[in-house]
Amino acid sequence: MLTAIAFYAFSAILIFAALMVVASRNPVHSVFFLILAFFNAAALFVLLGAEFLAMILVIVYVGAVAVLFLFVVMMLDVDFTELKKGILKNLPLGGAVGLALVIELVIVGYYWVFPGATGNTIASATPAHMTNTAALGQILYTTYIYYFQIAGLVLLVAMIGAIVLTLRHRPGVRRQSVASQIARRPALSMEVKDVKPGQGG
Amino acid sequence: MTIGLGHYLTVAAIIFTIGVLGIFLNRKNIIIILMSIELILLAVNINLVAFSSFLHDLVGQIFALFVLTVAAAEAAIGLAILVVYNRNRGTIEVEDVNLMKG
Repeated sequence: MLTAIAFYAFSAILIFAALMVVASRNPVHSVFFLILAFFNAAALFVLLGAEFLAMILVIVYVGAVAVLFLFVVMMLDVDFTELKKGILKNLPLGGAVGLALVIELVIVGYYWVFPGATGNTIASATPAHMTNTAALGQILYTTYIYYFQIAGLVLLVAMIGAIVLTLRHRPGVRRQSVASQIARRPALSMEVKDVKPGQGG
Repeated sequence: MTIGLGHYLTVAAIIFTIGVLGIFLNRKNIIIILMSIELILLAVNINLVAFSSFLHDLVGQIFALFVLTVAAAEAAIGLAILVVYNRNRGTIEVEDVNLMKG
């Protein structure tokens, strides 16, 4: 009973937040509603017994991705009202297509009986004697170790790509030249002057 | 009044549709488009985790973890491209993006 109330509350806020992400006039508000949607999705994950994924969702999405969005929205000086024009032109067709899509998806998801399933009940996938994080780690680092490393490579490529894309060399900026610093020798940089008595200074 | 698999699938379907609708409606604003893609991937993750609990199989949660990884990488690359585009052109209207159209 309490689970049902929690599910309906979190789902309602999640759907409302997702709608506001799309419909909000100000992109900064959109990002804030995206954060709200992610928090509620994390709560749904907790209800489903996936605590580790819920925490990862909060850390990765709210802590990194949404803040990245926020940075970009605030950094780019763009007239967003200009970009909002034409949204009503696409609304009838888009709304019709969306309504058809959601009705079809709900019918398929709700009424299809899955073969081999034991009723319609949801229970945590975690084995009873261990935590969700430990159970995930025990199969992630053994059976799925290659996929895990490929995921790491994906992140590495994304990091290098983002740095390469946004790096720029502006002329007139004094930079450290590591190569010439390493190539310096005492013979090249020091010189002994033979100063006669009474002439120096 | 028990919450079953169908309830979670319904929520995921609604979120997915809102994401697709966001791409339809905000065709000019690429930041909203990227956020809509994040919503779509979130709906996929809800589906995966719901099936993981339904079938008592943790592999669904492993897969959701990888979807999360790809979504983070996609957001980083997409926003980097957006910043470079805005630096070069001074606007982020994606309807102007036809320089590579052969």
